[in-house]
Amino acid sequence: MLGPVVAGLLGTLLPAFGHLPVAGLTGPTLTAFYDLFEWGGLPRAMMLSISTGLLATSISLLIVMLVTAGWSGTWAFRTLERLLSPLLSVPHAAAAFGLAFLIAPSGWLARLASPVVTGWVRPPDLLIVQDTWGLTMTAGLIMKEIPFLLLLTLAALGQAESQRSVTVAQALGYGRVTGWLKTVFPRIYAQIRPPVYVVLAYSMSVVDVAIILGPNTPPSLSVQIVKWMSDPDLAMRLVAAAGALLQLGLVLGALLFWRMGEVLAAALGQRWIARGSRGGWDTVIARVSLMAGGGSALLVLLGLAVLAIWSFAGFWGFPDAFPDAFTLYNWARFGPGTLDALGETALIAGVVTSAALILTIGCLEAEYRYDLSLTRRTVWLLYLPLLIPQTAFLPGLQTLMLALGADVGRLPVILAHLVFVLPYVFLSLADPFRAWDKRMSTIATALLASPDGVLWRVRLPMLLRPILTALAVGLAVSVGQYLPTLLIGGGRVATLTTEAVSLASGGDRRAIAVYGLMQTGAALVPFALALLLPTLVWRNRKGLQHG
Amino acid sequence: MDKGLSLRQVVIAKGGKTLLSLSHDIRPGEVLTVMGPSGIGKSTLLAFITGTLAPVFSATGEAWLDGRDITHAPPHQRRVGILFQDDLLFPHLSVGANLAFGMQPGGTAGERKARIANALAEVGLSGFADRDPATLSGGQKARVSLMRMLLSEPSALLLDEPFSRLDASRRTQVRDLVFDRARARHLPVLMVTHDADDAQTAGGVILTLGQ
Repeated sequence: MLGPVVAGLLGTLLPAFGHLPVAGLTGPTLTAFYDLFEWGGLPRAMMLSISTGLLATSISLLIVMLVTAGWSGTWAFRTLERLLSPLLSVPHAAAAFGLAFLIAPSGWLARLASPVVTGWVRPPDLLIVQDTWGLTMTAGLIMKEIPFLLLLTLAALGQAESQRSVTVAQALGYGRVTGWLKTVFPRIYAQIRPPVYVVLAYSMSVVDVAIILGPNTPPSLSVQIVKWMSDPDLAMRLVAAAGALLQLGLVLGALLFWRMGEVLAAALGQRWIARGSRGGWDTVIARVSLMAGGGSALLVLLGLAVLAIWSFAGFWGFPDAFPDAFTLYNWARFGPGTLDALGETALIAGVVTSAALILTIGCLEAEYRYDLSLTRRTVWLLYLPLLIPQTAFLPGLQTLMLALGADVGRLPVILAHLVFVLPYVFLSLADPFRAWDKRMSTIATALLASPDGVLWRVRLPMLLRPILTALAVGLAVSVGQYLPTLLIGGGRVATLTTEAVSLASGGDRRAIAVYGLMQTGAALVPFALALLLPTLVWRNRKGLQHG
Repeated sequence: MDKGLSLRQVVIAKGGKTLLSLSHDIRPGEVLTVMGPSGIGKSTLLAFITGTLAPVFSATGEAWLDGRDITHAPPHQRRVGILFQDDLLFPHLSVGANLAFGMQPGGTAGERKARIANALAEVGLSGFADRDPATLSGGQKARVSLMRMLLSEPSALLLDEPFSRLDASRRTQVRDLVFDRARARHLPVLMVTHDADDAQTAGGVILTLGQ
């Protein structure tokens, strides 16, 4: 999976230094970088990339850690856990649209509060969505990263015997949050470090959320790179490539900065632990963090609700809390268009995820049969495609394909999706696959089953639930992909995500709502099936009900 | 020796340190009990015989079964049956399907069904074929697990602390049943355990490791 990444980076490197034979340009020159630095929006765009990345990562990590510290094992935490799969599967773009429809000056929250509370009879002239500082964009990212980090934290918790450590700490007089932070957090963080880095790299270079919620003048660096890429003037690709290199440098710098922050936090933490303070604000901290975590979950759900309302809305004037009438007209008008996009989306997601699942099971089974073990370093290798910003290597990959005369279209898009889907499918299936009781295999072998027989007749059926979950994860990741579809598809592959994001500038809320909901459905339905099917198939098998 | 399980100069080591060395013939119907505290490598001896020894261990010597050298045979062609302390019934299959998994292929569907019914009757579980294994008691699971292994017609039976999870009342019952069935089929039996009572009841040679 590193092939496309390396090729893409190479395809970025050459044009950045003025080498683009397709456009009749040969390097090396530094013109592209001069052009890049001459762009007036550059300082602001760079700042945006850094601030959104660091803020979104640290705030979502903070909330997830504090909620887990204060509430794991309680009913409130279990409620959040249940909401996790649906929240995770909501595509970034749909969640972003939902947030925009909620908090915009003419959004649902303003409508609900007007005119009684606010006194507004027309939308106030405030720049909330697409604000200059990218705060709304940061909020949108936090909302989506919290469920992701929470899921990985839960997986890490299972291996860490956290409950016993907290019990011991509490018996020693430590508050719940303080005890957890001092005993469990270091173990948990060591496990979730790679995904935290992924969140940082992703938040710094995200495109679809930035188009919907981020500022326009200037846009964030990654959005500007995509704009340059789609410029009819091929020479602009050189500037785009230079920008992509800059974006890569920013991400690497931020990762380094984060790593130094970790070292500092570890040193401070050691001293904090050595001081032996029992923690006095635990209850307050726990309550605030739960409100933040629950609030962000609520924002996603309310966002989906407001998308649903808009999709059925007739005339809806400000400041009415609800539309005058509910109608099927919007669905009748935009529905057929979404079905075409749905077909394309489902085809790509289906092929990609099946391929990823076969590769994953093949790898894991080979690892089991030949006793290979993945070291920590190989795990990082898996995360690498997720750590390199998409804007750094996808433009290069597209340019390279152009240079080689390879056709853009569906097949390259499928391959590009695979780069991003495979790690998620692998990470999702690896733990349950390895946790399977190997004596089951010894027994089946003693019963004369061949290695393939053991795999097909015992292991895979027993692992039906995690396999379907991995499948749903893969489908959701593929459905949500924006940039690979846009760039590698050369604008000719129209999925629900590319269609929905392209509607962002038009501002037709009804069309956006219909596309956003279809996009959410495409990701959510597989998750529902992954929960439902094993329960149905194994309804008479108690031993597999809660696998 | 033609019939039976024969271990010839078996030495199992980990990182250059010898865990155990053993040479012994187990005749059909006889039981060899290997005793010793946990962590001494008793189970690695069984893994050596079933062909599932983890690569961190190294082994020399040979295992012969019914006049056949099985030291390097693929695990699923060795015809060595094994029972663990957990029943390890396949949770996705019914009791009957678990037994069918073990049974040698061949025969009509009706014949196979009848053999499953007979096997269940043999251990006092008539009518259990369609049950979900998760709904059985510990003693019942142990009996199904035994019959599943026996239906695969192994040439030897290995027991890995097989009775330690059962409560005292069931323990005697299941233990007698296992030795009884194994003797009836003239199987050489190799048991590893740390339970002196189990070793005494087995009634064969007892080797104690780690002394």
